Amino acid sequence: MQVTRRQFFKVCAVGIGTSSVAALGFSTDALADVRPYKLAASSETRNTCPYCSVSCGLIMHSLGDKAKNAHPSIFHIEGDPDHPVSRGTLCPKGAGLVDFIHSPNRLKYPEYRAPGSKEWQRISWDEAFTRIAQLMKADRDKNFIAKNSAGAAVNRWLTTGFLAASASSNESGYITHKVVRSTGILAFDNQARV
Amino acid sequence: MALQSLDITRRSGTTTPSPAQRKTMEVAKLIDVSKCIGCKACQAACMEWNDTRDKIGTNHGVLDNPMDLTENSWTVMRYSEVETSRGLEWLIRKDGCMHCAKPGCLKACPAPGAIVQYSNGIVDFQEENCIGCGYCITGCPFNIPRLSKKDSKVYKCTLCSDRVAVGLEPACAKTCPTGAIVFGTKEDMMHHAQGRVADLKSRGFTSAGIYDPKGVDGTHVFYVLQHADTPGIYSGLPKAPSISGMVSIWKGVFKPVASFALALGAFGAFFHYVIKGPNEVSKENEKEFEDEK
Amino acid sequence: MTNHWVDIKNADVIIVMGGNAAEAHPCGFKWVTEAKAHNSATFIVIDPRFTRSAAVADLYCPLRTGTDIAFLGGVINYLLAHNKIQLEYVKAYTNASFIVKDGYKFDSGLFSGYDDAKRSYDKSTWAYELGPDGYAKVDETMQHPRCVLQLLKKHYSRYTPEAVSNICGTPKDIFLKVCGHIATTSAPNRTLTFMYALGWTQHTVGSQMIRTAAMVQLLLGNVGMAGGGVNALRGHSNIQGLTDLGLLSNLLPGYMSLPSETETDYKKYIAARAFKPLRPGQMSFWQNYEKFHVSLMKSWFGDAATKENNWCFDWLPKLDKVYDVLQAFELMHQGKLNGYFCQGFNPLASIPNKAKLIDGLSKLKYLVIIDPLATETSCFWEDHGEYNNVDPSKIQTEVFRLPSTCFAEENGSLTNSGRWMQWHYQGAPPPGDAKPDAQIMAGIFLKLRDLYRKEGGAFPDPILNITWGYRIPHAPSPEELAMEYNGKALADLADPTDKPKIIKKKGQQLDTFLQLRDDGSTSCGCWIFAGAWTEKGNMMARRDNSDPSGLGITLKWAFTWPANRHILYNRASCDPSGKPWDPNRKVIYWDGSKWTGADVPDFKPDIAPGNQMGPFIMQPEGVGRLFALDKMAEGPFPEHYEPFETPIDTNPLHPAVINNPAARVFKDDRGDFGTSKDFPYAATSYRVAEHFHFWTKHTRISSILQPQQFVEIGEELAKEKGIKAGDMVKVWSKRGFIKAVAVVTKRFKPLQVNGKTVHHVGIPIHWGFKGIAKNGYLANTLTPFVGDANTQTPEFKSFLVNIEKA
Repeated sequence: MQVTRRQFFKVCAVGIGTSSVAALGFSTDALADVRPYKLAASSETRNTCPYCSVSCGLIMHSLGDKAKNAHPSIFHIEGDPDHPVSRGTLCPKGAGLVDFIHSPNRLKYPEYRAPGSKEWQRISWDEAFTRIAQLMKADRDKNFIAKNSAGAAVNRWLTTGFLAASASSNESGYITHKVVRSTGILAFDNQARV
Repeated sequence: MALQSLDITRRSGTTTPSPAQRKTMEVAKLIDVSKCIGCKACQAACMEWNDTRDKIGTNHGVLDNPMDLTENSWTVMRYSEVETSRGLEWLIRKDGCMHCAKPGCLKACPAPGAIVQYSNGIVDFQEENCIGCGYCITGCPFNIPRLSKKDSKVYKCTLCSDRVAVGLEPACAKTCPTGAIVFGTKEDMMHHAQGRVADLKSRGFTSAGIYDPKGVDGTHVFYVLQHADTPGIYSGLPKAPSISGMVSIWKGVFKPVASFALALGAFGAFFHYVIKGPNEVSKENEKEFEDEK
Repeated sequence: MTNHWVDIKNADVIIVMGGNAAEAHPCGFKWVTEAKAHNSATFIVIDPRFTRSAAVADLYCPLRTGTDIAFLGGVINYLLAHNKIQLEYVKAYTNASFIVKDGYKFDSGLFSGYDDAKRSYDKSTWAYELGPDGYAKVDETMQHPRCVLQLLKKHYSRYTPEAVSNICGTPKDIFLKVCGHIATTSAPNRTLTFMYALGWTQHTVGSQMIRTAAMVQLLLGNVGMAGGGVNALRGHSNIQGLTDLGLLSNLLPGYMSLPSETETDYKKYIAARAFKPLRPGQMSFWQNYEKFHVSLMKSWFGDAATKENNWCFDWLPKLDKVYDVLQAFELMHQGKLNGYFCQGFNPLASIPNKAKLIDGLSKLKYLVIIDPLATETSCFWEDHGEYNNVDPSKIQTEVFRLPSTCFAEENGSLTNSGRWMQWHYQGAPPPGDAKPDAQIMAGIFLKLRDLYRKEGGAFPDPILNITWGYRIPHAPSPEELAMEYNGKALADLADPTDKPKIIKKKGQQLDTFLQLRDDGSTSCGCWIFAGAWTEKGNMMARRDNSDPSGLGITLKWAFTWPANRHILYNRASCDPSGKPWDPNRKVIYWDGSKWTGADVPDFKPDIAPGNQMGPFIMQPEGVGRLFALDKMAEGPFPEHYEPFETPIDTNPLHPAVINNPAARVFKDDRGDFGTSKDFPYAATSYRVAEHFHFWTKHTRISSILQPQQFVEIGEELAKEKGIKAGDMVKVWSKRGFIKAVAVVTKRFKPLQVNGKTVHHVGIPIHWGFKGIAKNGYLANTLTPFVGDANTQTPEFKSFLVNIEKA
């Protein structure tokens, strides 16, 4: 693996930091030391802030070195100093992103709420996809409009709608559009209006 | 710089002198209040970097939150709405440790090595040596350190000594969206500050200036203020901060004999009186401003 | 944005109006502070509230919410009356000299052609007078009484400083001071930039507010210039990308549009969009529409799309009307919608009139939520006491909640407001069983396709034939999808000017949309994104931040659509002879044989100055439009209309036409609008720096920084109402109430409007009944269900409330 500039200086810094404390020669009870630099050997990943459209550059630091047996978990995020717009800065929302990733309200499993029920029940992805596809097909087959009253081919499905996510990637947006239009859905929108 | 940054110039509660041969680069953080939008990114970055989280509180009828510094919030934004001759001004000051060249906290601290000053100017608390007496709070002319109920240790801004030690800027300075917080050598920061003052004067802020108070021999966190003649309007920034007289007396006269006893807390009552100090300073300054108006 | 974030540093005057960049876009706002520090820029904030942006402004100018057209109309009047326009630019680069059809008129608040019953216009008179050659007629002297400049003068002559002050509540002297600063940028070497966001879009006249700013910029010669333009800051991280990709009721990717049900003839559909030039020698770039369209259909339907079946034209659904989100919830409310999907969207918090939304969602048969977080919408059926008082046993909607990944857990690109497409990488796996959106869409689609394969059903053709050549069918990768929308050659492509030469071999990625063909030999999922992933690889992942010109144009960083261009309309940064208006801001220039410079020229590279081609190459007439023709729903010139809930109950300009005669309003909702008698205060909703919409109430740090719902009022109103800072107050509109902590501030000042004192009540939106911040009321409990005439964006910024101590 290539050692980047950033990794190189971190390795050096920690080496020097540690030796300097020893060099001071304090006895244990009067030892002065800064808190160890916590990013010394973390893995770095480039990303983009998911909040507003300034799209600040991020460097995410995760636990482990991406070895097979290490499960990465992001424990720190700071600005990417190379980014032409943000130049390493982050606003209060961006500076707190690590708490978004680890929010206690992140969803972890597909869930289902039955008509009239007061609670969620955990289901499998396959159950979810199957049931949703069945509901879509039943509604589409029943209400699809192939021709309008004037006899023109309009091929539209007006009884199901779709709201797309403006924080999802272009790639997600692209495939979402492709799928939604193939069904004939017209009640299609995203956060551009709100 | 990494090695030098850990050189100690002063240690609390210690009579043996610190090594003094090496002279390192003096660092400083400049807070340009005229560029501050009060977004609280510095508060967020501070908590994030230092792995502290304050409690989720309530709104108190103002935008400030948390309302004051705590053992988990080492910096807070203080918002004041002030009517000046220019009309309404919203003065937003980032409050936190000033890293005084002559630190009152260190002077007041009886616990050996609990407060140190590195030769780069950073004043750092070594919590493992802290005995929780709270004298540093009394000694601080800016009312900064906060005692934790959880572990009876005192906490405050470290100027990200762990980052600076490896050659990085503090987390708040890095994150600041508008560049209201900048970090570098004290000399460079002073030069930058002078440029900002000139810009402010050209925009009609005739009293713009630098806040780097002499009473503590200057600070390693210092401000550019639009109205440097009335620091009190910035949520009670003291006009002429200095180390409390009681701390000076103790250090000068009583300390050689009393420090050991103090560490055990025997003089607690005596110091209780001194603790009142810092708050009164700010009130006086508020009044000064009122008078000048 | 016409320009981009870093470019703001080049401005001489910066106006934040209809937005609050310091609060909502702090890191982009740094370029305002840079312009102040390094370009001696003057920074002006025009807003009902003294905002965090205003905290660092050189000049703060108050105005009443919803009156921005009156203000900017007054600016137009000032510029024309004081001869502070950039005449040469206006003459050459705008339609000021074009002659408008006889029959066009504006009278007492209405333009010609209004149909009261339909609440819409017959726009046939909002057009140029055409000569026998089919080209628009112009009068170079701009003296013709029906030329655009003269009509413009006449239209805005009513917007005097006194009228502005009367409508907006802005003190006249401050208004004139602002006009003075703006006027300085009519000099060719000075520029003004406008930065706006939801403060302009979220009005029933939102689109026209933005248009008025664009007109000001055209008059000043600031469009196409470094440090100029009209810059939408935009909200979500990929709102630009999703709009570019056309995920809206009536759009297709790349700002192409779906056919209406009267456009079932393919050739007519294309002809109506492939605009022919309206003046000689114009590029009129939309002439290429069919190339983009056919390439899209090849991308979606592959071999099934043939010339013989008009590239599957019949498979596209045809519109009878626009099904925007307001229309969708209206249908839900009427019981006409059975199923609804919310992918990363929390409409229960984001669409107006919460009571109507709960009613609608409760009538659905099924609701599918795809989200990383437990949103209010997913829990609309849960009883949360005062914050969401419903009885789950009475709600028969089936709800599915599917966990999706967040940014940190996936690869992909996001497009920022400066149109930069930037690639990002996965740093950690998602929690639990969460999946990326693309995999969730694939999972649903593959099941649906299986059902249609097995059982048949209504018109299965498009579902069965959609291209799905992904290596792992249930997990299309972001890389594959990016390559697909970029486009590729489906056959060897010959060079059109040098026939036997092959420019692309079959299967190769395309470099630019100029390589697209209308014969089915290219595919491209979004023509404006062509160039994002070429044979050279992923251009969106490029990371060279060099800025050779010093103007902040970093052409080697990521990929900027279109064609890696940073400043749109940049041909207009040079005078007609090809010389930059400002030699210190040389964006592009003519080097004697071609256009070149710091940016990618937004022009045909080999068309010499002096040729007739205008800089606005997308327009059939090649110039910027001061007169909008038939492109806007409520008129070719922006006119001040009051919000649907106005605190003054009248429109001082024309009392008979108070609000936008073409706005999106449903009949049943009219009964839900209040008047100033019961709701005397002008309310406006907004965001604060500490939070992002309804996401960050789920994050600890943001919740610490601003933990609890509050509303803001001025000291004068607080005194009248006996409210102190920190008191709990109740705020109510005709649609419902909220309770929140009162922040009493000097930053809200009463305004004198049309002989009346108007107080504002400020309502931040970020709290709800899910999250780790203190629970609160969804602020849209208060807001009216009414939208802009062009975009249908709800009027969140101007409505009426009452307030008292709770």
